[in-house]
Amino acid sequence: MFSTYPGQVVVDHPVKVPIEHRFDPYVDNGGTLLSIAGEDFCVVAADTRLSEGYSINSRYVPKSVKLSDKTVISMGGCYADCLTLTKKIQQSMEWYHHAHGKTMSTAAVAQMLSIMLYQKRFFPFYSWCILGGLDEEGKGAVYTYDPVGSYERESCRCAGSASSLIQPFLDNQIGFKNQASQKKTLSLDQVLRITKDSFTSATERDIYTGDYLELFVITSKGVEVQKMDLKKD
Amino acid sequence: MDHFPTNWGNPRSEDVDSYNTYPVASNSGTVPHSVREIAGFGHAGGHPTSHTQQPVVTGTSVLGIKYKGGVMMAADNLASYGSLARFRDVERLHQVADFTVLGASGDMSDYQYVKHLLDSQMIKEYNADDGHTLATPNIYEYLWRVMYNRRSKMNPLWNTFVLGGVHKGEGFLGAIDLKGTPYQSPSIATGFGSHLAQPILRKEIENRGGEENITEEDATQILKKCMKVLFYRDARSMNKFQLATISAEGVKISEPMSVETEWAFAEKIRGYGA
Repeated sequence: MFSTYPGQVVVDHPVKVPIEHRFDPYVDNGGTLLSIAGEDFCVVAADTRLSEGYSINSRYVPKSVKLSDKTVISMGGCYADCLTLTKKIQQSMEWYHHAHGKTMSTAAVAQMLSIMLYQKRFFPFYSWCILGGLDEEGKGAVYTYDPVGSYERESCRCAGSASSLIQPFLDNQIGFKNQASQKKTLSLDQVLRITKDSFTSATERDIYTGDYLELFVITSKGVEVQKMDLKKD
Repeated sequence: MDHFPTNWGNPRSEDVDSYNTYPVASNSGTVPHSVREIAGFGHAGGHPTSHTQQPVVTGTSVLGIKYKGGVMMAADNLASYGSLARFRDVERLHQVADFTVLGASGDMSDYQYVKHLLDSQMIKEYNADDGHTLATPNIYEYLWRVMYNRRSKMNPLWNTFVLGGVHKGEGFLGAIDLKGTPYQSPSIATGFGSHLAQPILRKEIENRGGEENITEEDATQILKKCMKVLFYRDARSMNKFQLATISAEGVKISEPMSVETEWAFAEKIRGYGA
């Protein structure tokens, strides 16, 4: 009746099998983040909701952290892992500063983060990282990561729970994909409007996105933070 | 012991060592038998050491709310052994430094261990004798690292802690769970409280336009209302609880108190009284 493989025993009664209850160290705290690189600026935006299942643990838990005047990191996923990873980066940057007498460049932080993530390849940090900042030439830079350290420099990226809602919109509006109009460089004002619209739209449809939006704008003058309300439902 | 007579009289099977009488060749190598953990269910030889736990004696919700001038917390005095209301005089709110209160839900033995750890830290700070004492954010970070590192070793402290305090004139209220997730909020509720009490706490804060407009009396009334709801609806709760108030003056943990509850209406309901 059924085919068997060698060693398999077929019985006609229920059998007792031990059920293993294992502690799951990971939890998805939700949230969405995005970063857009401009000609001489970079915008890093993230919502501030911390969720657990169907509950909201807190409406204001910032997901982005300013690492230096030139670099901002944003992380989504398991908040405990994200926060630990942020601490590790900040501590390493401090050591670097003491050893080399200068702040780590965005590209250097980018590579270091990749190495840090891969070091936990067999018990990963469950965090979706986006690093935004200015490169050594003053141009906007966005680095995207997966939880085990694969990274790439891009012009714009969205990560987190509503990434599949926002990324296609960004491809069209920032990357000018699938439309006839010519590619043009976008001003900071235009990028901020696209960013805010992305989040208000994502808030409508993604239950994990909402409450507040925190925007970090990195220019040659430094890092400016804006906070905006999002729907709280 | 084999209770089935049909199995008696047969030679004992060498493959099964039900009572762990001798170490069996296993992938845990040369780990001595005494070191192996028997957590929840024992293992007959050959299994890897596992730390998977389940909480045994547990406390239910802990509530916290920020108000003008400080933070107030509430927790009942019950430690349950599954469905048995085993220990009915447990203090789940614990003062740490001068301006901090730790509230514990989850496994009570892990809570006692954490109290011991915090005591050790306080002694270390005292010995340092540098004019500083541990402030609420310091204790919070310390607890977070302890919880996170234990979960990273797959051997968690099965608790959700609420830490309330006053630091630099501002109230501080945060929670840390067994997976090492820390978060701060104007109102906190763990366990059943997150479903039953948190909506009440958030609505009260919203109606008054922020925590700055909540007085100490308001906070007391709000928490008592939440504890009443929890007693009605949480099957592992008790109508005997304490309130902890932390303000610029320091910490005050109240004597156990109760709330008034109505049960008489059940007499009129068919199946309950009628």
